[in-house]
Amino acid sequence: MRELLWIFVSALLINNFVLAYFLGLCPFLGVSQRLETAFRLGLATVFVMLITALCAWFLNTYILIYAPYLRLISFIVVIASTVQFIEMVIKKLSPALFKALGIFLPLITTNCAILGLAIFSTNKGYGLVEGLIYALGAGLGFTLALVLMAGLRQESELAPVPRLIRGTAMNLIIAGILSMAFMGFAGLFSAS
Amino acid sequence: MPKSKQDAYQEFIKGLWRDNPVFVQVLGMCPMLAVTNSAENALAMGGATFFVLVASSFFVASLQRWIPKQVRISTYIIIIATFVTVTDFTLEALVPRLHKELGAFIPLIVANCMILGRQEAFASRNSVRLAVVDALGMASGFLFALLALGSVREILGEGRLLGMDLFSPDFEPWVIMILPPGGFLTLGLLLLFFNWLRERKERLVERLDAWEAQGQ
Amino acid sequence: MKTAPPTVSNAEPSSARLIATLGLAGLLSGLIIVTVFEATLPTITAHKAEMLRQAVFKVLPGTVSLQPLTYKDGQLVPVDKAEKDEESILAGYGADGRLIGYAIPGAGPGFQDIIRLLYGYLPEERRVVGMEILESRETPGLGDKIYKDANFVANFDALSIDPQIVAVKKGTKTAAHQVDAITGATISSKAVVRIINEANTRWLPRLNKVIDEGFKQSR
Repeated sequence: MRELLWIFVSALLINNFVLAYFLGLCPFLGVSQRLETAFRLGLATVFVMLITALCAWFLNTYILIYAPYLRLISFIVVIASTVQFIEMVIKKLSPALFKALGIFLPLITTNCAILGLAIFSTNKGYGLVEGLIYALGAGLGFTLALVLMAGLRQESELAPVPRLIRGTAMNLIIAGILSMAFMGFAGLFSAS
Repeated sequence: MPKSKQDAYQEFIKGLWRDNPVFVQVLGMCPMLAVTNSAENALAMGGATFFVLVASSFFVASLQRWIPKQVRISTYIIIIATFVTVTDFTLEALVPRLHKELGAFIPLIVANCMILGRQEAFASRNSVRLAVVDALGMASGFLFALLALGSVREILGEGRLLGMDLFSPDFEPWVIMILPPGGFLTLGLLLLFFNWLRERKERLVERLDAWEAQGQ
Repeated sequence: MKTAPPTVSNAEPSSARLIATLGLAGLLSGLIIVTVFEATLPTITAHKAEMLRQAVFKVLPGTVSLQPLTYKDGQLVPVDKAEKDEESILAGYGADGRLIGYAIPGAGPGFQDIIRLLYGYLPEERRVVGMEILESRETPGLGDKIYKDANFVANFDALSIDPQIVAVKKGTKTAAHQVDAITGATISSKAVVRIINEANTRWLPRLNKVIDEGFKQSR
């Protein structure tokens, strides 16, 4: 149990996917302008990550043992199909929800964070439960980073920042400071 | 023919400076920051991406006529993933130590938006020759950017470059540079520097144009 | 007036064509990948085996050959290669063919992330005789001393496990079961000790059941 908790907190805070592993930077730097948007994208990502973790476990356990070299391709195919499928389902079930997060779903396909989750999870040898907890932690950690960034950017829009720094340069520096802050979480689980 | 040589040269150069994938287009950074904590790792990652981009561009440009529009992205991804997998195995066999350092980030090359972007924007619409030259240029620009990042981080964070000690043993390394925050900050500051350079150049060009207009 | 050239018909390609394209691409891709995989597999496997052997030689001095053992159904069983999910250790044999000891892997959370290590253990003397960190992401300059600081690693060259390995403040080591922690990296040091203790708790009862004659050196 304690192990599962460690997996969750590690993915959420101590080894945050965005701030410690640099995954998911495209949406992190590109889409995180408004809090609302960032939050929605984050939640969509959590959902896709959970499904990906499930599929990755299934692939690893039953299919890829015969063809380990197909791992990367099969992961990509699964992720792309999952997103496509979810998009169709959401469109049918809730047009309102689709309108709200529709454009984000294709963005998630090329999100390194999802593929990274599948690969890391495989390398760590996580089973089904561990994989899902890991996905939950990673997705929520991603959401957390995105939301923090969006908030900071919204605030900084009103601040007198020199023109030269505005834009990606400033966002990266903010991200660096956020990353430093998150380093403080290391040792959160130190047992004596 | 001189004109097409000129074209090819332009395509190559643009990837190096004017349209540098990292510093100008800000593409393909995702997993790259993670492996630029030393110049050697940056070289390895840049080299791997170089191979994948050039090979993919070659194949996409060669096969563009047979790939239907509707499935083009999926096909590009299959092509890219093939070369990434090949690179992964080759690196593991030839340089296992480096492969272990880069770890899971080699397969993540497939998610590098720059590679897919080049296929969609250029390789699928131009001749094989131009596509390859464009790929060479972009990949070189990428490698250059990665090296810049990796060198700065290694020099400040360890006091070494490519494993060679640069300073006396009393040098206190700025450890944060080889940790994640260092990656963000270094890239941010490098981007800032590039922006400043570009702005200076633009202002210079403006001034020159103004002088010309005044009949100087 | 010039007439426009006739346009090429832009009929939508059939689904069959789309699927065929993807199928063909997948097939070619698969072929290329399998070829490279088969070509590189021997080199990769050989290298992995070599790294493992070197690690075992380091933690179990005097070892000349190894035998992987997996714990199955209450018994330690020799295997050719340990399966991924199964728990296994390595038995090390000396030049005279006699069992020297066991190389036991352990893993657990350190300061930043999981630390994986291998340590050598002599059952008769109840001693740890070597430790090698296999994987860690500890803080450079502080936590990474668990493998960079030779003095710390040397702690494990003759470490009694009774009653339990304990990490103490650097310089205060008095007993054979104590380990001098690294100044400024207490958590990482304690993590290493904890990992070994936990691995011992798991494996010692199993090792006590082993009858030495069961293993003949056949490599």
